[in-house]
Amino acid sequence: MYMYILKRLGLALLVAFTVSAISFSLLFMAGDPAIAIAGENASAEDIQMVNDRYGFDRPIVIQYFEWLGKAATGDLGNSWYFDLPVSDLIADRLGVTMLLGLLGMSFALLLAIPMGVAAAVKPNSLIDRASLFISVVGQAIPSFWFGLILIVVFSIKLGLVPASGSTSWKHFILPTIVLGYYATPAIMRLTRAGMLEVLSADYIRTARAKGLSARKIMFKHALRNAIIPVISLAAVQMGFMLGGSIVVESIFALHGAGFLAWESISRNDLPTMQALILIFSMFYIFFTFLADILNAWMDPRLRIA
Amino acid sequence: MKISKLVLSTAVYLALSAVSYADKASDTVNMAFLKELESADVYFNTAREGLLLNHSVWDGLLYRNPETGEYEGNLAESWTWINDTTIEFKLRQGVKFHNGEPFNADDVVYTVNFVANKDNGVKSQTNVSWMDHAEKIDDYTVRIVADAPFPAAEEFLAGPVAMYPNEYYAEVGPKGMAAHPVGTGPFKITELEPGKHFVLEKNDDYFGGPKGMAKVSKIDIRTIPDMNTQIAEFFNGTLDFLWNIPADQAEKLGAMGKFDVVNAPAIRVGYITMDAAGRFDKEGPMTKKKVRQAIYHAIDRKAIVEALVKGSSTVIDSACSPVQFACAQDLPTYDYDPAKAKALLAEAGYPDGFTIDFYAYRDRPYAEAMMGFLNEVGIKTNFSYLQYAALREKRAKGEVPISFQTWGSYSIADASAITSEFFTGGDWDDARDPEIMEWLTTADKSTDKAVRKDLYKKALTKIVDEAYWVPLFTYNVNYAMSKEMDFKATPDELVRFFTFGWK
Repeated sequence: MYMYILKRLGLALLVAFTVSAISFSLLFMAGDPAIAIAGENASAEDIQMVNDRYGFDRPIVIQYFEWLGKAATGDLGNSWYFDLPVSDLIADRLGVTMLLGLLGMSFALLLAIPMGVAAAVKPNSLIDRASLFISVVGQAIPSFWFGLILIVVFSIKLGLVPASGSTSWKHFILPTIVLGYYATPAIMRLTRAGMLEVLSADYIRTARAKGLSARKIMFKHALRNAIIPVISLAAVQMGFMLGGSIVVESIFALHGAGFLAWESISRNDLPTMQALILIFSMFYIFFTFLADILNAWMDPRLRIA
Repeated sequence: MKISKLVLSTAVYLALSAVSYADKASDTVNMAFLKELESADVYFNTAREGLLLNHSVWDGLLYRNPETGEYEGNLAESWTWINDTTIEFKLRQGVKFHNGEPFNADDVVYTVNFVANKDNGVKSQTNVSWMDHAEKIDDYTVRIVADAPFPAAEEFLAGPVAMYPNEYYAEVGPKGMAAHPVGTGPFKITELEPGKHFVLEKNDDYFGGPKGMAKVSKIDIRTIPDMNTQIAEFFNGTLDFLWNIPADQAEKLGAMGKFDVVNAPAIRVGYITMDAAGRFDKEGPMTKKKVRQAIYHAIDRKAIVEALVKGSSTVIDSACSPVQFACAQDLPTYDYDPAKAKALLAEAGYPDGFTIDFYAYRDRPYAEAMMGFLNEVGIKTNFSYLQYAALREKRAKGEVPISFQTWGSYSIADASAITSEFFTGGDWDDARDPEIMEWLTTADKSTDKAVRKDLYKKALTKIVDEAYWVPLFTYNVNYAMSKEMDFKATPDELVRFFTFGWK
């Protein structure tokens, strides 16, 4: 098991390294970063100055390893756009993203798992159809549109919550729903499929024959087995939520790390982008690990493998 | 980054509460920026948002009256040209910076010498590189010396060149200024979260001057990157003022009748530039005058303005904005005439047209309309829609045969900020016409306004005659505000916060 973890860790680090190297070179393909930094109204003089200052005219490989060397010692550099330390910028914005990610994931799990279980208990019933409908809609609605509709209804028409910003808990209600709803369909469908499979398994019939209560069968025997793949999925979705809340953060003006990443790309703010890519890939790696450990804890068979 | 910091920031988000509902009663104007401003230090940002803060938080030596277009003294009471390169200023006395530091000649000398020094890395070099240095004559007399004769000096001194407090700036530098801005202006910044939030409060000790005292006590600016969200906040009354609203949304807001929607011309112009000098293709169709004239005839600029650009935009034939000094408007023109365009193409040796790469970086629908018009006369286009930085680089290298471009002239109301930028042989000069270069260089060194006007008109006329560009239209800006608010839009895209008031 430890060998297995070490192997996976090596692989994950390799992935993080490759991602950062590719993103670094992609940035230079999207146009001269000096021009992007100098802005739309810059003269040739301004651009030359930016080049002199940051040394963009040097070979990309050298620039990359220079960055990597510093990053390894914890120095993420200064944002080219804000001219502030990247670590400060990210520290300032990661809180919102993590809070939003946790809230979104909790919302998704609280909605999806009960729906999935209910749908599996009575397949093809009204409740099954209803949860199918909810998940199809969740899959189909783009979040920028869903977000706006929620703003129109709950903020403009009903005046219950503010439309944007992050200064109170009320500000997080709509973004949580939008972000969480996006992850709901996959979790719901997987819970349903897992439950259906487990409920038709022999040991459940045995448990029933032993005369165990329906509740005990459902939660102790069935759900615990059916939930294993759901945990892996939720972990991956969590990584996605942290890095991918770009649209939600932008609509609700939350100024989180996802939005910062998106803006940094369009501003060619390389140090900020690289640091965020590094952090986001670390998140993915962390959550995948977490899923493995949780799974092993819940499923003794995995501990031997 | 420490976990405790994360927990803390999370806790702070949850603990803080209450939305500030602003209106006439609280004497606060709530508004939003679409983009995150990189720095509040005006010399280290290039965004219009920064220019707006500049005009309300700081002062220049001069002020351009937006109604008359004339320059007036601001921090300077009077000024005289000593010679072609030197201006002497008599400074206003008794002015204080927001931190209490008195304003005098030392501040001017320090600011000018700091920003004019290339090593300090001011972002928009065009704004400052014309200045060589400043000299103190006495406490309230100062001279600014330019590198070379620079007739647009007054425009720059009334625009982007803000005066900084020497002692404070020497101590804190650009980063300190960005974190805690200090100026002399009608508003002071009392709260600032980089890129996210700015609170401006009325400066009760303001000296008045041509800007006058601020009429509202507070301006709260948040960054809301999504225009639809801004509009939602506007409906809720949590924003009182919107700017840069797209034409279609402005129309809808106006039709609701609940708000005041104002459209004003902007200094930005759109144009098509063509590879007349043959940098991309020596023998290419763009090097032929008749082909360029055919393109000029082929595009129905009026239709594009009416259907897409809308507002107060107008069709132009000048390679500059009508509000700019020396930007002559009595120029030759080419009517929309597809038949004539076809005839000209045939005369140039392209009876069946040709295929060409057409580039653009913004306003895609406008570019698509232009390509539609070109297709109608037989010019087929391969469309390349690039990021601004990428297109700019390609064009500088002379790799672009034809493109739709725009230019905002850094809000400088002088034709030199656009015509000279593109027609004096630099990287972005697609025409490379020696005669035009000669006229413009002479004009830019002359301080005689009549001479400048005359030379610019010659150059602009030749640009049309040779069809180096197809000047298209001026841009416009839409503002929307609550009916309680009083704001008069000016044609230079500058929102002067100190003119905000209540009805």
